[in-house]
Amino acid sequence: MPAKIIHKHKLATRWMHWINFPALTIMIWSGMLIYWANDVYEIKIGGYTIIKFFPDWFYKFFHIPYKLAEGMGFHFAFMWLFMINGLFYIIYTFASGEWKYLLPDKKSFKESWLVVLHDLGIRKQAPEQLKYNAAQRIAYSAIIIMGIGSVITGFAIYKPVQVSWLTAICGGYEAARAEHFILTVGYVLFFLIHVIQVIKAGWNNFRAMIAGFEIIKEKENHN
Amino acid sequence: MQEVIVDDKKLKSYKQKSLFAFSVFFIMIIIAIISWRWLINQPVKADVLSVNKEGFNAKESNGIQQPIRNVLSVNEKIFSSIFNKQKLVKEYPKNMAVKTPRVNGDVGLDEDFFDAATWKLQVVKTTGDTLFVSLDDIKKLPKIDVVYNFKCIEGWSQITWWSGVRFSDFLQHYNLTNEAQLKYVGMKTPDEEYYVGIDMPSAIQAQTILCYEMNGKPLPMNQGYPLRLIIPVKYGVKHIKRIGTISFANNKPADYWAERGYDYYTGH
Repeated sequence: MPAKIIHKHKLATRWMHWINFPALTIMIWSGMLIYWANDVYEIKIGGYTIIKFFPDWFYKFFHIPYKLAEGMGFHFAFMWLFMINGLFYIIYTFASGEWKYLLPDKKSFKESWLVVLHDLGIRKQAPEQLKYNAAQRIAYSAIIIMGIGSVITGFAIYKPVQVSWLTAICGGYEAARAEHFILTVGYVLFFLIHVIQVIKAGWNNFRAMIAGFEIIKEKENHN
Repeated sequence: MQEVIVDDKKLKSYKQKSLFAFSVFFIMIIIAIISWRWLINQPVKADVLSVNKEGFNAKESNGIQQPIRNVLSVNEKIFSSIFNKQKLVKEYPKNMAVKTPRVNGDVGLDEDFFDAATWKLQVVKTTGDTLFVSLDDIKKLPKIDVVYNFKCIEGWSQITWWSGVRFSDFLQHYNLTNEAQLKYVGMKTPDEEYYVGIDMPSAIQAQTILCYEMNGKPLPMNQGYPLRLIIPVKYGVKHIKRIGTISFANNKPADYWAERGYDYYTGH
């Protein structure tokens, strides 16, 4: 019985994807330890606090309080892993031509709504796609820009004297800190949707991120 | 993306490839977990900070895992080599300064060890002699204002206004030229409870001052009366309040917060 092999993710892509996972996890965790020491952000509507970043139960659950020094130490050590891996990913994506599958094109923005409607079960047919669908192209390109944004806002608060021009671009020290935080919230939301989508997409899709290819058994048509 | 139709034999080899990839994946997960556990279980309070290895004098505590401390030291080297430590911090008009700067921390301000009437700044020279300088003498030196965004290591910041004498002017006036050739300055409170170590280039930056006024008035007790350090290129932790003794060394002097796991350099 013949089968179809679809080569999907390159070896380098897979390695960088899986290195990024623990690297970003450690950056978010250590970032939380830092944020705790001055946890001033909240979402308010009409004077009422809707979400406080973060409630006490949350801090307790993740063992966050009183670890500012540990947070800074790990943040400024693992930033290298995150940055270098990210830099290699960007270079590789452009040098290998993978960007053609990744970057959104003209129709991506229009089509991405159809993908969302399809994923929510409202629309039956999904738009045609190559490696990534329109929504994926936008999301995976956005996450790269967010990564660059984290590095920029990160340096703006890490070295505000030496790269004062960068801090100024970010709107100042306090603004840069808030932006750095918002980007992190963005990663977490991305991660949640990403995991749900991967579970929905099934085993073959997951295998492609580890082995590089999907195996599709062809149903024999004798009629 | 490339698609190929394969027969059973080829399919088997692809399945083997897949199995191999998953094996590598799981081995990498195990290696990552073991490495992580090794890292976080490195002693944080052992006497690993020997003078010869890291240049630290403090042997009691590292405060953080040694590999992390090593990376922080490398970071300092990297950023020191590409940045200019004499770069000026942005200054603001005086009317933008907060009226009551936040008070954070009272370590080293024990009143039992401090008598305003007899206080003199002690400067330990390389010859071993100690220089005693009164507040009045310090006030005779050229006075400058520094209005800048004070940044606490906790993550908050405030525009604050301080006045005093440039540390570099102070060194020059008291002929501490030999001392200024050394790599580090150490400062301690009179009760020796709080202490900082500062690299010389940051200490002699033009906005680093021995400060005796805040908002144009003498320093309040809780802001380090009679004399504190203002060093805008560093986080608040290096702005030692109520300086008792100043010394100089080529090894890193003991630093209160570095012993508790913070970066020694903590420069912006």
